[in-house]
Amino acid sequence: MSPSSRATPMLGASGLLALLTLTGAALAAEPAADYRPFPLLGGRLALWAAAQLHLNFAAFILGVPLFALIVEAIGWRTKDPRYDRMAREFTKLTFAAFSTTAILGALLTFLLVGLYPKFFGFLSGIFYPTMWGYAFLFFGETFALYLYWYSWDRLRTRKGWHLLLGLLLNLFGLAIMAIANSWGTFMMSPAGLDEAGRLVSLWAAVNNPTWMPINVHRLIANVSFGGALVAAYAGTKFLGARDAAARAHYDWMGYVGNFIATSALMVLPFAGYWLGREIYAFNQQMGITMMGGFLSWLWIIQAVLIGVLFLGSNYYLWLGMARIRGAERYRPYVKWLLLILTAGFLVWATPHSLVASLEEARRMGGAHHPVLGVLGVMSAKNTAVNLMILTTFLSLLLYRRANREAVVAWAAWGKAAQWLCLAAAAALVLFYGIYGYFVEAIVRIGFSVYQVLAVLATILLVTAIDLALFRKATSLGPIAWGHIAPRAQYVLVLLAVTFTWLMGLMGFARSAIRQHWHVYGVLRDTSPDAFTPALGYAANVVSVVTAVFLLLLVFIFWLAALGEEQAPVGRPADLPAGER
Amino acid sequence: MRRLPPLPAFSLLLLGAFLLFRFAIQPPIPASLLTLYMAITVAALLLYFSSDEATWRGFLQPGIALLLRPDLRWLRVALGCLLPAGAAAAALGAALPAQSPPAELRAVHPAPPATVTFRGKPLTIQGLENPLRRDEAARARHLAAGTALYAANCMFCHGDALDGRGPFAAALNPAPASFRDPGTIAQLQESYLFWRIAKGGPGLPRESAPWNSAMPAWEPFLTEEEIWQVILYLYEGAGVAPRRWE
Repeated sequence: MSPSSRATPMLGASGLLALLTLTGAALAAEPAADYRPFPLLGGRLALWAAAQLHLNFAAFILGVPLFALIVEAIGWRTKDPRYDRMAREFTKLTFAAFSTTAILGALLTFLLVGLYPKFFGFLSGIFYPTMWGYAFLFFGETFALYLYWYSWDRLRTRKGWHLLLGLLLNLFGLAIMAIANSWGTFMMSPAGLDEAGRLVSLWAAVNNPTWMPINVHRLIANVSFGGALVAAYAGTKFLGARDAAARAHYDWMGYVGNFIATSALMVLPFAGYWLGREIYAFNQQMGITMMGGFLSWLWIIQAVLIGVLFLGSNYYLWLGMARIRGAERYRPYVKWLLLILTAGFLVWATPHSLVASLEEARRMGGAHHPVLGVLGVMSAKNTAVNLMILTTFLSLLLYRRANREAVVAWAAWGKAAQWLCLAAAAALVLFYGIYGYFVEAIVRIGFSVYQVLAVLATILLVTAIDLALFRKATSLGPIAWGHIAPRAQYVLVLLAVTFTWLMGLMGFARSAIRQHWHVYGVLRDTSPDAFTPALGYAANVVSVVTAVFLLLLVFIFWLAALGEEQAPVGRPADLPAGER
Repeated sequence: MRRLPPLPAFSLLLLGAFLLFRFAIQPPIPASLLTLYMAITVAALLLYFSSDEATWRGFLQPGIALLLRPDLRWLRVALGCLLPAGAAAAALGAALPAQSPPAELRAVHPAPPATVTFRGKPLTIQGLENPLRRDEAARARHLAAGTALYAANCMFCHGDALDGRGPFAAALNPAPASFRDPGTIAQLQESYLFWRIAKGGPGLPRESAPWNSAMPAWEPFLTEEEIWQVILYLYEGAGVAPRRWE
């Protein structure tokens, strides 16, 4: 890497610390104004765009190292040098994105201090000690990243130590995320204040009701996001590859990225549901605004996007089976898997209250359809998403065993037990989904826990059986990496774009439920922007910022690839010793 | 039985799905939902027919032939004329003034305010419960009063069976709520109903716009106890329990 790119993360960290010091000094003086204008865009839009861009990059530099650590650990465990090379390749990308993230973070802070001085004064008056923690953790993360990157060759024979450095890097990253999360979640569900809005307990303010659900949700989402971006990167490289070796390399990289993204995606809805439930429990008004009020239509968009993610991930796996000898026997399963996914998608996308003309509403006898109305509530949605998760897991399972034949004596029993587990979980999910309509709401909410536990337990149990079942399995033939339809690569790009867009839209939802409050119920927004923008406007803003983020990311990928032009992937000299 | 080639199979499945969504579900679903369902179905079918290389080639083959084969030149020309004509007709149809009001996108459950004033007295909605439920001995009396109040004031719109099909319902847009729908009162706390009954359509927050509910505000006509009595009857009559506070 170039000297300038080596210096940029440190510059970013130093800039952040300087900014915090200056901010601290500025806080000593009473802010002159509550709000200041921003040319052309206006204060809110400028802050919104900077915050979303910063969050996207922050998710990238948190998600990709998580992805790299997982991949490096797989490489260590399987002794396959390709994993190690891929982890290294992506750690390098983190460098370029690191400084961009820091710059955007600084821009966001400048905008907050400059445009919303009173609000920033209030927030930093509560969280100022944590801001120092944030700055020092940022230094820690920067040094951990340096150590992780520069010790790669030196610790080649002592992988355990290198993985420990990777873990340290991720722990710093997660701690930074947790601190920033506390500021954002405090705005939604403030705690630790007395009646007059004065700080009573800093820990209570940090550990507010929605803090831990968001920590968990973002941790899982970042793994998924990191995997999806890596897969999209590989997909574009595959499409531009000129030789078979490069295509094989990027095909394999896309597969690993998608595998990790899909695995995390399967548990992501559970964390999201926990967050939603905590919001509802914290404040009914907020919960209804989010799920039943004007934001309810955002959940239909979310349902469509998550449907795209599930369908896309599965489709990629089915297309990938074309490169595996022996996968033909599982081809007939595809239509049934697709049928369940489509049915789940239809249920999930069914709105509770429909867009209907007067005539249509009269025919239905109201805003709800008498038959499909039952699909509009959470009982149906939870059932649908749990079955979609089980189906996706089944796709992964079939892919995993596509070219393998179990040789253990108990193979038939093992497979029967796996099917029994899956069927039992599906039956339990369906039972509680239907039974939910016959009990009161508070009881019904509890059923989602049983559904989630059934699905998670099944995934763990079936995976454990699978690992034992396919030990020393015979192979029906090698995987022909690179022999996959080009449309599969477009799906990988689609998944990454969908992930990014979804993050932006859900970020808007999280922020919009505060309505006309900076800090819900504590500090009121008295600016001319003290209203929640309409969904169409919000979707346009999020889409534009998403496009800007992806363009910046393409630029970073291009920058990272500049140094590789002399030694394209796939040439024998580029391969590790064991693969030449 | 010989299998159908991919494109006709795709078309037949698509037609089948359309017939199912359009006619098997009664009363008919709104056009907005039909469009959404068909879009998902088209996507799913395309994924299926393209998930296998041989099937995908078979699927594309008629289209490629139409574009390239010399003997299909006249069909190409005909389609080249028909497609723009169809698009023009669709554009004209969309641009022409319609006889009926446009379809509405509406938030059915607006978020309640944290506090309301009822006849000048402040009431905190958050955590508020029906006080009549605590008085088990007088429950039958309250229920009877609620039933009578409902019959005298609410039945005309919301119906005898609490299904939103009262004698006046056909004249109202939005239609009155059906309390038997699992998505209405069964998933709401009683305080929410108190707020909606007391403040009616005029008391809806601006975030719920567009909303032109004809529900009157009952605050001037019913006492606090009478509203709680009606709420008691609504849950009893609909056979559901209110959502409790967590």
